[in-house]
Amino acid sequence: MDYPAGRLAASRREGLGRRIWKSRKSYLFVAPYMILFFIFTVLPVLIAVGLSFTSFNVLESPEWAGMSNYLRLFFQDSVFLTGVKNTLFLALILGPGGYLFSLACAWFINELSPKVRALVTLIFYAPSISGNVYLIWSVMFSGDDYGYVNSLLTKMGLIQKPIQFLQDPQYILLIVIVVSLWVSLGTGFLSLIAAFQGIDKSYYEAGAIDGIRNRWQELWFITLPLIRPQMLFSAVMSITSAFNVGAVVTALCGYPTTDYAAHTIMNHLTDYGLERFEMGYACAIAVVLFCMMVGANLLAKHMIGKVGE
Amino acid sequence: MTQKITLRQPRKTRHKHLYLNRSLGGNLAIFFFLALAGVFMALPLVYSISSSLKPLDELWMYPPRFFVQNPTAKNFRDLFDLMGDNWVPFSRYLFNTVFVSAAGTLGHVVLSSLCAYALAKHDFPGRHFLFQMVVLSLMFSTVVTQVPNFLIMSRMGLVNSYSAYILPAFCSSLGLYLMKQFMETSIPNSLLEAARIDGAGEGRIFWRVVMPLVKPAWLTLIIFSFQGLWNTSATVLIQKEELKTLNNALSQIVSGGIARTGTAAAATVIMMAVPVVIFVVSQGSIVETVATSGMKD
Repeated sequence: MDYPAGRLAASRREGLGRRIWKSRKSYLFVAPYMILFFIFTVLPVLIAVGLSFTSFNVLESPEWAGMSNYLRLFFQDSVFLTGVKNTLFLALILGPGGYLFSLACAWFINELSPKVRALVTLIFYAPSISGNVYLIWSVMFSGDDYGYVNSLLTKMGLIQKPIQFLQDPQYILLIVIVVSLWVSLGTGFLSLIAAFQGIDKSYYEAGAIDGIRNRWQELWFITLPLIRPQMLFSAVMSITSAFNVGAVVTALCGYPTTDYAAHTIMNHLTDYGLERFEMGYACAIAVVLFCMMVGANLLAKHMIGKVGE
Repeated sequence: MTQKITLRQPRKTRHKHLYLNRSLGGNLAIFFFLALAGVFMALPLVYSISSSLKPLDELWMYPPRFFVQNPTAKNFRDLFDLMGDNWVPFSRYLFNTVFVSAAGTLGHVVLSSLCAYALAKHDFPGRHFLFQMVVLSLMFSTVVTQVPNFLIMSRMGLVNSYSAYILPAFCSSLGLYLMKQFMETSIPNSLLEAARIDGAGEGRIFWRVVMPLVKPAWLTLIIFSFQGLWNTSATVLIQKEELKTLNNALSQIVSGGIARTGTAAAATVIMMAVPVVIFVVSQGSIVETVATSGMKD
């Protein structure tokens, strides 16, 4: 009885094998990129998951530690919990906020004439490509009299003495949000600009005949459903960068921030991984961050799939 | 007079569809929003350019002024003097940046185009899986992998070498993603079939048929990759001063403290000018490429 079944399985396996052999040229095309991609992207994720269950200080070989890293993270490390709280708070504001900001900008810019559109696109996109130019914000918000914002407020008589914007926990998060929004119009924003430009105008004419009354209806019933794929891409870009604010925080306010007011998981990870060399613990942090990022992205994908339905 | 009116008539009808469903109030609201957001976006850039041109007394003027009164190029001259005095000469940083950007970009464009072509136009077992992995990698940033990456790099002996900048840049996932989506939409399968019937091999089709057709896409990849590498600092992986990039050197000046405020502003302007100018030149191709960037749900 098992002879034919065995032969069937064998022929199936052979079928796959033959298909693989037949497409050997395709694998040659893919191989150089994919080998490097595996070494520098896939393997690190696997290693991070593996090491997160160990205690590892680089000098000695890793030692199995079970769940202890995760237990320590969630039950003993209050700074980490502050980091989780701040990261979630920032991501909740910067993800949807930054996304809606870029969608609104792209939509409005599309109403302009082509030449003006190119110029305005440049102005809006420039901050995200000009490297660490966001450091200029630390000059503008500087706590001494030479800080531009402080001097403006003093001149207007709103404050008596300069506010320590970058040290006062009351303001740090606000400033991080402002600066992050400023650099948030990146590739996703460009993708939306291109999507709006690419829509065939006849859709709008047909829509007007079918009773579309104003630009809101036009946006919701015609435009958004047509650009849904680019919206998905843009959302992924927004969310990934929303979780990535740690660098901005350190650059503006130093590390650590006063009372850990803007401490993010990212900062915690860098601290343990590259300063204290507690690699096992750092990898546990990385795994938590990884799950949050991918989870948020999948959730957003699911939600955007419902637009215009 | 009458002639003028007849001349204008056709223009009006040609643009009529643009003004469908457009109210004056809405136009004003949009203009207002864009003006406000535009000021918010442009102000810091204008401020850094303006500061870089300020002479010393204006930098420390109280109350501070937004715009420069007597512009001077002294900050830029100081910057070059300062860089010249470093024990690692300015030209070395410049060489590092240019070399790393050029090599990383070249490899990235070639490798991702090869891979994207097979993923977009060949049917082979595992292609969906491989592409899904790339899409997944768009969903987390490199911060997540920096610790294991450091371990891998040091195990491979890449720490303190140009390869630490270049090799990871080869396999950036955004570039592959954009290239694959662009190839999928812009290259008709019938064209590839025709080339195959004419007896062209896959390599030949790739170089002679596909690559010329996706010119906007590889221009975009070049620009994104260059921007990334230009702004790279790789602080952990590169500790040797003579291997550091211009971005590193200029960042050190920017964070160098009060005495160098003017030169810091000049350094910021230089770092920002290069990517912006490149974007201005290539905006058309980039927009054409990212138009196909959509994700399927």
